[in-house]
Amino acid sequence: MAQRPRRALPRPTPETQHFWDGTRVGELRLQRCDACAHVYFPPRPFCPSCASRSVSAFPASGRGTLHSYVIHHRPMPGFEPPYSIAIVKLEEGPQMMSNVVGCPQTPEALELDMPLVVEFKEMSEDITLPLFRPAMLRGSEVAV
Amino acid sequence: MKRGAVAIVGAAETTELGTIPNQSQLQLHADAALNALADCGLSPSDIDGIATAGESPVGIAHYLGITPTWVDGTGVGGCSFMLHVRHATAAIEAGLCSTVLITHGESGRSQVGRGGFMRGGGTLMGQFEMPYGPMGPPTLFTLPALRYLKDTGTSLEQLASVAVIQREWAARNPRASYRDPLTVEDVLGARMIAYPFTKLMCCLVTDGGGALVLTSADRAGDFPTRPVYILGGGESVETPMVSQMEDLTRSRAFRVSGERAFASSGICHDDVDHLMIYDAFAHLPIYGLEDLGFCKRGEAGGFIAERNTAPDTGRLPLNTNGGGLSYMHSGMYGMYALQESVRQLRGCAPAQVPDCKVSVCHGVGGMFAASGTIVMSNEPS
Ligand SMILES: [Zn+2]
Repeated sequence: MAQRPRRALPRPTPETQHFWDGTRVGELRLQRCDACAHVYFPPRPFCPSCASRSVSAFPASGRGTLHSYVIHHRPMPGFEPPYSIAIVKLEEGPQMMSNVVGCPQTPEALELDMPLVVEFKEMSEDITLPLFRPAMLRGSEVAV
Repeated sequence: MKRGAVAIVGAAETTELGTIPNQSQLQLHADAALNALADCGLSPSDIDGIATAGESPVGIAHYLGITPTWVDGTGVGGCSFMLHVRHATAAIEAGLCSTVLITHGESGRSQVGRGGFMRGGGTLMGQFEMPYGPMGPPTLFTLPALRYLKDTGTSLEQLASVAVIQREWAARNPRASYRDPLTVEDVLGARMIAYPFTKLMCCLVTDGGGALVLTSADRAGDFPTRPVYILGGGESVETPMVSQMEDLTRSRAFRVSGERAFASSGICHDDVDHLMIYDAFAHLPIYGLEDLGFCKRGEAGGFIAERNTAPDTGRLPLNTNGGGLSYMHSGMYGMYALQESVRQLRGCAPAQVPDCKVSVCHGVGGMFAASGTIVMSNEPS
């Protein structure tokens, strides 16, 4: 198979390493403040609500809903257009960007507020990305 | 800020706009600066304050031969120039300098002498947004829009009407990039870029620049130009990551900046004769009208579609140069919005609003990341 250009990959920092360690073992890790119980993302070693430095990472349920998205129609290294770029609202509260996979990349199939569930896609030895698929569909694999 | 204590006395864009392959980005700054200085009869040696974004103010000052006593390199995206106007006003009032030059130049299309715009993989955006395939503003700025449309019942046709009405304004402007009339069907049927945004709902990519000269209002009579007084302003920031906006259907930065601009200027919405809302994409005027308080939530799409912002009949003329959608957009459009407000208040705009006394100019930076709002008038208070 011809070498295809790869998508941009994250370079973890000390503050985010636990998140990327989590995705490699199938966990979507969020952080919760030990002082005020605020749950937040993206990772940082203090609470963005009350500034407490006492925070703990925990595995999220991996469930969320499709909060908003676009369907990109232009060429992009590592992607087959059209593909969705989505904002997922996680069950625990925070929002994160991801791709919705495992369903047609159309406005009809991508219904706002539809339930989603995380699936993990290994991109390299170090990096596994959290993607999302419709919660009602099981085990479908669509390359993005 | 004291109402009307500082005025814009010089204003100009680059000699050319559009595709300018024979000038570097640095030279576009200089061309605009020299035009603005000529506009008010000054030379670089008269300038003691410098502000710019996209390039270092050090580079601009040195290139133009300016020795400033006040420097502002605030760079928060396309609305940086609104922030510069606000900061310059405060600096002049505080006596930190007397005459400020604000420059913008951008080789957005031709990419001549332009610095890199790479996002490192170690930034939060590099880790938590870029791996999912966004390709710049057309796929990031647009991301909140579907949420807005669903929550407010705004239609795609209403979204498309933003581009249609602004094209009507552009048709009256000889310097506008696109001037042919458009229909809602044309907009919705254009090439899809990032659903629901077609090419005609996305801004242009052009080259150009602009510059402003500000000084204290008591000196404004010394210049050949009609002064444009700064009545007030606001600014704020929210998040560098669009996915982390606290509400996808409204901009916190818009609301904070707008509220402060109205409060500091002492004007009310009915006083506004002319409005500029930075339109990198078609949903931005809709968010702006609501977050600035001109329309109730969910009503801005209908307000535009029903021609309330259109030429001739509209009671709130909006984006009268044609906007980033039809006039020009080099990447950091805020300077061109400010230039159009100045032209309207001087009474020399190609699509002149009759009896225009108060203009509100509202900018955005990044993808709803930052905002700046300036209230101007041709009357000092
Ligand atoms: Zn806390």
